[in-house]
Amino acid sequence: MLTLQYIPYIDIELLQSPQRVEKLLRIVKEEKIILLEGRLRPTEEAELIRRTMEEIDDSFKGIEISPLNIKVPEDQAFFRKLHGALLNFLLGNRRGLTIIGPASIVKEIKQDPDKIQLLTEDSSKPKRSSKSAVKK
Amino acid sequence: MIGFFKRFLGLFLKDLFKDKRQVKLGLYGPPNGGKTTLANKVCKDWLGEEMGRTSKIAHETREIQVKEQITIKRDGKELTFSLVDTPGIATKIDYEEFIKAGMKEEDAKSRAKEATKGVIDAIKWLDDMDAVIIVLDGTKDPYTQVNITIVGNLEARKIPLLLVANKMDLKKADIKHVQAAFPQFEVLGISAKSGDGVDELYAKLFELRAKALKRKKR
Repeated sequence: MLTLQYIPYIDIELLQSPQRVEKLLRIVKEEKIILLEGRLRPTEEAELIRRTMEEIDDSFKGIEISPLNIKVPEDQAFFRKLHGALLNFLLGNRRGLTIIGPASIVKEIKQDPDKIQLLTEDSSKPKRSSKSAVKK
Repeated sequence: MIGFFKRFLGLFLKDLFKDKRQVKLGLYGPPNGGKTTLANKVCKDWLGEEMGRTSKIAHETREIQVKEQITIKRDGKELTFSLVDTPGIATKIDYEEFIKAGMKEEDAKSRAKEATKGVIDAIKWLDDMDAVIIVLDGTKDPYTQVNITIVGNLEARKIPLLLVANKMDLKKADIKHVQAAFPQFEVLGISAKSGDGVDELYAKLFELRAKALKRKKR
Protein backbone atom coordinates (compact mmCIF):
# COMPACT_ATOMS: atom_id res chain seq x y z
CA MET A 1 0.00 0.00 0.00
CA LEU A 2 1.21 3.45 -0.95
CA THR A 3 0.71 6.15 1.69
CA LEU A 4 0.75 9.81 0.73
CA GLN A 5 0.95 12.41 3.48
CA TYR A 6 0.11 16.01 2.74
CA ILE A 7 1.97 18.53 4.87
CA PRO A 8 0.62 22.08 4.66
CA TYR A 9 3.22 24.83 4.92
CA ILE A 10 1.67 25.96 8.19
CA ASP A 11 2.92 22.70 9.77
CA ILE A 12 6.56 23.59 9.20
CA GLU A 13 6.33 27.38 9.10
CA LEU A 14 7.34 27.94 12.70
CA LEU A 15 9.98 25.20 12.80
CA GLN A 16 13.70 25.95 12.60
CA SER A 17 15.51 24.41 9.60
CA PRO A 18 16.98 21.40 11.50
CA GLN A 19 13.54 20.62 12.96
CA ARG A 20 11.91 20.82 9.51
CA VAL A 21 14.46 18.39 8.12
CA GLU A 22 14.06 15.99 11.06
CA LYS A 23 10.26 16.03 10.72
CA LEU A 24 10.36 15.27 6.99
CA LEU A 25 13.00 12.57 7.38
CA ARG A 26 11.03 10.90 10.18
CA ILE A 27 7.91 10.68 8.00
CA VAL A 28 9.85 9.39 4.98
CA LYS A 29 11.44 6.70 7.15
CA GLU A 30 7.89 5.57 7.99
CA GLU A 31 7.71 4.69 4.27
CA LYS A 32 5.30 7.50 3.41
CA ILE A 33 5.45 9.80 0.42
CA ILE A 34 5.28 13.44 1.46
CA LEU A 35 3.44 16.09 -0.52
CA LEU A 36 4.75 19.27 1.05
CA GLU A 37 3.08 22.57 0.31
CA GLY A 38 5.79 24.97 -0.87
CA ARG A 39 9.53 24.57 -1.10
CA LEU A 40 12.41 24.05 1.27
CA ARG A 41 15.25 26.56 1.19
CA PRO A 42 18.31 25.37 -0.79
CA THR A 43 20.29 25.11 2.46
CA GLU A 44 17.49 22.96 3.94
CA GLU A 45 17.54 20.71 0.87
CA ALA A 46 21.30 20.24 1.34
CA GLU A 47 20.76 19.56 5.04
CA LEU A 48 18.06 17.02 4.19
CA ILE A 49 20.49 15.22 1.87
CA ARG A 50 23.24 15.36 4.51
CA ARG A 51 20.97 13.94 7.23
CA THR A 52 19.64 11.31 4.82
CA MET A 53 23.20 10.11 4.22
CA GLU A 54 23.72 9.78 7.97
CA GLU A 55 20.61 7.59 8.23
CA ILE A 56 21.36 5.22 5.34
CA ASP A 57 21.77 1.59 6.33
CA ASP A 58 20.84 -1.83 4.94
CA SER A 59 17.11 -1.08 5.15
CA PHE A 60 16.93 2.68 4.48
CA LYS A 61 18.43 3.49 1.07
CA GLY A 62 17.78 7.22 0.96
CA ILE A 63 15.18 9.51 -0.53
CA GLU A 64 13.83 10.83 -3.80
CA ILE A 65 12.85 14.48 -3.77
CA SER A 66 11.53 16.85 -6.39
CA PRO A 67 9.88 20.26 -6.28
CA LEU A 68 6.92 21.13 -8.48
CA ASN A 69 7.02 24.73 -9.55
CA ILE A 70 4.22 26.68 -11.12
CA LYS A 71 5.16 27.52 -14.69
CA VAL A 72 4.81 31.21 -15.44
CA PRO A 73 3.95 32.30 -19.00
CA GLU A 74 6.76 34.40 -20.54
CA ASP A 75 4.60 37.53 -21.00
CA GLN A 76 3.65 37.53 -17.30
CA ALA A 77 7.04 36.45 -16.01
CA PHE A 78 8.23 39.77 -14.57
CA PHE A 79 5.05 40.65 -12.65
CA ARG A 80 4.51 37.08 -11.47
CA LYS A 81 8.11 36.94 -10.23
CA LEU A 82 7.66 40.24 -8.41
CA HIS A 83 4.39 39.02 -6.94
CA GLY A 84 6.02 35.71 -5.98
CA ALA A 85 9.02 37.40 -4.37
CA LEU A 86 6.69 39.61 -2.32
CA LEU A 87 4.61 36.62 -1.23
CA ASN A 88 7.76 34.68 -0.33
CA PHE A 89 8.99 37.61 1.74
CA LEU A 90 5.70 37.94 3.60
CA LEU A 91 4.55 34.34 3.90
CA GLY A 92 7.57 32.10 3.27
CA ASN A 93 8.09 29.90 0.24
CA ARG A 94 4.69 28.21 0.12
CA ARG A 95 4.16 28.24 -3.64
CA GLY A 96 4.36 24.98 -5.54
CA LEU A 97 4.73 21.53 -4.04
CA THR A 98 7.62 19.30 -2.98
CA ILE A 99 7.45 15.54 -3.29
CA ILE A 100 9.69 13.54 -0.97
CA GLY A 101 9.60 9.77 -0.77
CA PRO A 102 11.72 6.88 0.45
CA ALA A 103 14.00 5.51 -2.29
CA SER A 104 12.74 2.00 -1.50
CA ILE A 105 9.29 3.03 -2.77
CA VAL A 106 9.88 5.96 -5.11
CA LYS A 107 12.24 4.67 -7.75
CA GLU A 108 12.55 7.92 -9.64
CA ILE A 109 10.93 11.32 -9.95
CA LYS A 110 11.26 12.54 -13.51
CA GLN A 111 10.68 16.18 -14.11
CA ASP A 112 10.52 18.17 -17.30
CA PRO A 113 9.05 21.61 -17.81
CA ASP A 114 5.49 20.30 -18.34
CA LYS A 115 4.98 17.36 -16.02
CA ILE A 116 6.30 15.28 -13.16
CA GLN A 117 6.41 11.49 -13.27
CA LEU A 118 6.57 9.49 -10.10
CA LEU A 119 7.94 6.02 -10.73
CA THR A 120 7.21 3.75 -7.79
CA GLU A 121 8.24 0.21 -6.97
CA ASP A 122 5.35 -2.18 -7.62
CA SER A 123 5.36 -4.55 -4.67
CA SER A 124 3.27 -7.17 -6.48
CA LYS A 125 5.72 -7.23 -9.43
CA PRO A 126 9.14 -6.64 -7.94
CA LYS A 127 10.96 -6.13 -11.23
CA ARG A 128 8.50 -3.67 -12.77
CA SER A 129 7.65 -0.15 -11.79
CA SER A 130 4.39 1.72 -11.95
CA LYS A 131 4.18 5.28 -13.18
CA SER A 132 1.97 8.15 -12.23
CA ALA A 133 2.17 11.60 -13.74
CA VAL A 134 1.25 14.98 -12.36
CA LYS A 135 0.68 17.75 -14.89
CA LYS A 136 1.83 21.17 -13.82
CA MET B 1 59.31 27.11 23.84
CA ILE B 2 61.58 28.43 21.07
CA GLY B 3 60.18 25.71 18.79
CA PHE B 4 56.63 26.84 19.52
CA PHE B 5 57.46 30.48 18.63
CA LYS B 6 59.25 29.38 15.47
CA ARG B 7 56.17 27.42 14.39
CA PHE B 8 53.85 30.31 15.28
CA LEU B 9 56.03 32.79 13.38
CA GLY B 10 56.17 30.43 10.40
CA LEU B 11 52.39 30.11 10.25
CA PHE B 12 51.97 33.88 10.69
CA LEU B 13 54.39 34.68 7.86
CA LYS B 14 52.86 31.98 5.65
CA ASP B 15 49.44 33.56 6.07
CA LEU B 16 50.84 37.07 5.59
CA PHE B 17 52.49 36.26 2.28
CA LYS B 18 49.91 33.78 1.07
CA ASP B 19 48.74 34.52 -2.46
CA LYS B 20 45.35 36.05 -1.79
CA ARG B 21 44.65 35.84 -5.52
CA GLN B 22 44.70 32.03 -5.40
CA VAL B 23 41.24 30.50 -5.42
CA LYS B 24 39.83 27.16 -4.35
CA LEU B 25 37.96 25.71 -7.32
CA GLY B 26 35.54 22.87 -6.57
CA LEU B 27 34.21 20.23 -8.92
CA TYR B 28 30.66 19.36 -7.90
CA GLY B 29 27.88 17.31 -9.41
CA PRO B 30 26.02 14.03 -9.28
CA PRO B 31 27.93 10.72 -9.28
CA ASN B 32 29.43 9.55 -12.58
CA GLY B 33 29.17 12.96 -14.26
CA GLY B 34 32.90 12.92 -15.01
CA LYS B 35 34.29 15.16 -12.25
CA THR B 36 37.40 13.07 -11.70
CA THR B 37 37.91 12.58 -15.44
CA LEU B 38 37.89 16.38 -15.76
CA ALA B 39 40.18 16.77 -12.73
CA ASN B 40 42.58 14.27 -14.31
CA LYS B 41 42.51 16.14 -17.62
CA VAL B 42 43.29 19.47 -15.90
CA CYS B 43 46.06 17.95 -13.76
CA LYS B 44 47.56 16.06 -16.69
CA ASP B 45 47.57 19.22 -18.85
CA TRP B 46 49.17 21.49 -16.24
CA LEU B 47 50.95 19.24 -13.73
CA GLY B 48 51.72 16.22 -15.87
CA GLU B 49 50.04 13.79 -13.46
CA GLU B 50 46.53 12.50 -12.81
CA MET B 51 44.48 13.25 -9.72
CA GLY B 52 42.29 10.22 -9.00
CA ARG B 53 40.89 6.92 -10.18
CA THR B 54 37.81 6.72 -12.37
CA SER B 55 35.32 3.88 -12.75
CA LYS B 56 32.08 3.06 -14.51
CA ILE B 57 30.61 2.08 -11.12
CA ALA B 58 29.20 5.14 -9.36
CA HIS B 59 30.84 6.64 -6.26
CA GLU B 60 34.43 5.79 -7.21
CA THR B 61 35.49 9.10 -5.61
CA ARG B 62 34.46 8.80 -1.98
CA GLU B 63 36.89 11.24 -0.42
CA ILE B 64 37.64 14.89 -1.13
CA GLN B 65 40.82 15.19 -3.17
CA VAL B 66 42.78 18.41 -3.43
CA LYS B 67 45.56 19.41 -5.83
CA GLU B 68 47.29 22.61 -4.83
CA GLN B 69 49.07 25.13 -7.03
CA ILE B 70 47.76 24.35 -10.48
CA THR B 71 48.86 27.14 -12.83
CA ILE B 72 47.16 27.67 -16.17
CA LYS B 73 48.95 29.87 -18.69
CA ARG B 74 46.94 31.43 -21.47
CA ASP B 75 47.52 34.47 -23.72
CA GLY B 76 50.33 35.70 -21.50
CA LYS B 77 48.17 35.49 -18.38
CA GLU B 78 48.52 33.10 -15.46
CA LEU B 79 45.90 31.61 -13.19
CA THR B 80 46.85 29.64 -10.08
CA PHE B 81 44.26 27.69 -8.14
CA SER B 82 43.66 24.67 -5.93
CA LEU B 83 41.44 22.06 -7.51
CA VAL B 84 39.03 20.22 -5.21
CA ASP B 85 37.49 17.05 -6.60
CA THR B 86 34.44 16.07 -4.55
CA PRO B 87 32.44 12.84 -4.29
CA GLY B 88 29.23 12.88 -6.31
CA ILE B 89 26.21 14.16 -4.41
CA ALA B 90 23.24 11.79 -4.29
CA THR B 91 19.98 11.53 -2.35
CA LYS B 92 20.14 7.72 -2.19
CA ILE B 93 22.86 5.08 -2.05
CA ASP B 94 21.93 1.42 -2.37
CA TYR B 95 24.67 -1.16 -1.85
CA GLU B 96 22.64 -3.62 -3.95
CA GLU B 97 23.34 -1.45 -7.00
CA PHE B 98 27.06 -2.09 -6.48
CA ILE B 99 26.39 -5.85 -6.21
CA LYS B 100 24.48 -5.66 -9.51
CA ALA B 101 27.58 -3.98 -10.98
CA GLY B 102 29.63 -7.04 -9.99
CA MET B 103 30.92 -6.30 -6.49
CA LYS B 104 30.93 -8.72 -3.56
CA GLU B 105 28.34 -7.97 -0.87
CA GLU B 106 30.93 -7.00 1.76
CA ASP B 107 32.74 -4.66 -0.63
CA ALA B 108 29.44 -3.20 -1.84
CA LYS B 109 28.33 -2.40 1.72
CA SER B 110 31.67 -0.85 2.54
CA ARG B 111 31.57 1.23 -0.66
CA ALA B 112 28.05 2.41 0.18
CA LYS B 113 29.12 3.44 3.69
CA GLU B 114 32.13 5.34 2.38
CA ALA B 115 29.96 6.94 -0.31
CA THR B 116 27.50 8.32 2.27
CA LYS B 117 30.42 9.89 4.16
CA GLY B 118 31.69 11.29 0.86
CA VAL B 119 28.38 13.02 0.17
CA ILE B 120 28.36 14.51 3.69
CA ASP B 121 31.91 15.82 3.20
CA ALA B 122 31.10 17.26 -0.23
CA ILE B 123 28.19 19.23 1.28
CA LYS B 124 30.34 20.41 4.22
CA TRP B 125 33.06 21.62 1.85
CA LEU B 126 30.64 23.83 -0.12
CA ASP B 127 31.28 26.73 2.27
CA ASP B 128 35.04 26.57 1.63
CA MET B 129 34.82 26.99 -2.14
CA ASP B 130 35.67 30.25 -3.90
CA ALA B 131 34.24 29.06 -7.22
CA VAL B 132 32.63 25.87 -8.49
CA ILE B 133 32.37 23.98 -11.75
CA ILE B 134 29.20 21.89 -11.77
CA VAL B 135 29.89 18.84 -13.91
CA LEU B 136 26.73 17.32 -15.35
CA ASP B 137 26.45 14.24 -17.52
CA GLY B 138 25.22 15.64 -20.84
CA THR B 139 23.53 12.34 -21.67
CA LYS B 140 21.35 12.31 -18.54
CA ASP B 141 18.20 14.08 -17.39
CA PRO B 142 19.33 17.43 -15.92
CA TYR B 143 16.06 18.02 -14.00
CA THR B 144 17.18 16.28 -10.83
CA GLN B 145 16.94 17.49 -7.28
CA VAL B 146 20.68 17.04 -6.73
CA ASN B 147 21.47 19.44 -9.59
CA ILE B 148 18.84 21.92 -8.40
CA THR B 149 20.12 21.71 -4.80
CA ILE B 150 23.76 22.26 -5.79
CA VAL B 151 22.89 25.27 -7.96
CA GLY B 152 20.54 26.66 -5.28
CA ASN B 153 23.14 26.33 -2.54
CA LEU B 154 25.86 28.01 -4.59
CA GLU B 155 23.49 30.85 -5.47
CA ALA B 156 22.47 31.23 -1.81
CA ARG B 157 26.16 31.48 -0.83
CA LYS B 158 26.89 33.76 -3.83
CA ILE B 159 29.67 31.40 -4.97
CA PRO B 160 30.41 31.91 -8.69
CA LEU B 161 29.68 28.82 -10.74
CA LEU B 162 30.21 27.42 -14.19
CA LEU B 163 27.88 24.78 -15.56
CA VAL B 164 29.49 22.13 -17.72
CA ALA B 165 27.68 19.48 -19.76
CA ASN B 166 30.20 16.67 -19.97
CA LYS B 167 30.36 13.57 -22.20
CA MET B 168 29.51 15.57 -25.32
CA ASP B 169 31.47 12.99 -27.33
CA LEU B 170 28.59 10.56 -26.78
CA LYS B 171 25.68 10.43 -29.24
CA LYS B 172 23.05 10.68 -26.52
CA ALA B 173 24.48 13.95 -25.17
CA ASP B 174 22.18 16.95 -25.55
CA ILE B 175 23.46 20.33 -24.40
CA LYS B 176 20.12 22.00 -25.24
CA HIS B 177 18.40 19.82 -22.64
CA VAL B 178 20.86 21.03 -19.99
CA GLN B 179 20.50 24.66 -21.15
CA ALA B 180 16.71 24.37 -20.93
CA ALA B 181 16.97 23.15 -17.34
CA PHE B 182 19.19 26.05 -16.27
CA PRO B 183 18.26 28.98 -18.54
CA GLN B 184 19.79 31.51 -16.11
CA PHE B 185 23.31 30.13 -16.73
CA GLU B 186 25.60 29.68 -19.68
CA VAL B 187 26.29 25.97 -20.20
CA LEU B 188 29.60 24.86 -21.66
CA GLY B 189 29.67 21.56 -23.56
CA ILE B 190 32.85 19.54 -23.09
CA SER B 191 34.25 16.04 -23.22
CA ALA B 192 36.73 15.59 -20.38
CA LYS B 193 37.64 12.23 -21.93
CA SER B 194 38.49 13.45 -25.44
CA GLY B 195 39.45 16.99 -24.39
CA ASP B 196 36.90 18.69 -26.66
CA GLY B 197 35.84 22.06 -25.24
CA VAL B 198 38.36 21.91 -22.37
CA ASP B 199 40.42 24.75 -23.87
CA GLU B 200 37.31 26.95 -23.79
CA LEU B 201 36.81 25.85 -20.20
CA TYR B 202 40.30 27.11 -19.31
CA ALA B 203 39.41 30.50 -20.82
CA LYS B 204 36.21 30.57 -18.72
CA LEU B 205 38.23 29.83 -15.57
CA PHE B 206 39.85 33.27 -15.81
CA GLU B 207 36.37 34.86 -15.75
CA LEU B 208 35.36 32.61 -12.87
CA ARG B 209 38.48 33.59 -10.91
CA ALA B 210 37.70 37.29 -11.42
CA LYS B 211 34.20 36.76 -9.98
CA ALA B 212 35.62 34.73 -7.08
CA LEU B 213 38.14 37.44 -6.18
CA LYS B 214 35.43 40.09 -6.34
CA ARG B 215 33.37 38.02 -3.91
CA LYS B 216 36.40 37.54 -1.62
CA LYS B 217 36.91 41.31 -1.38
CA ARG B 218 33.34 41.90 -0.16
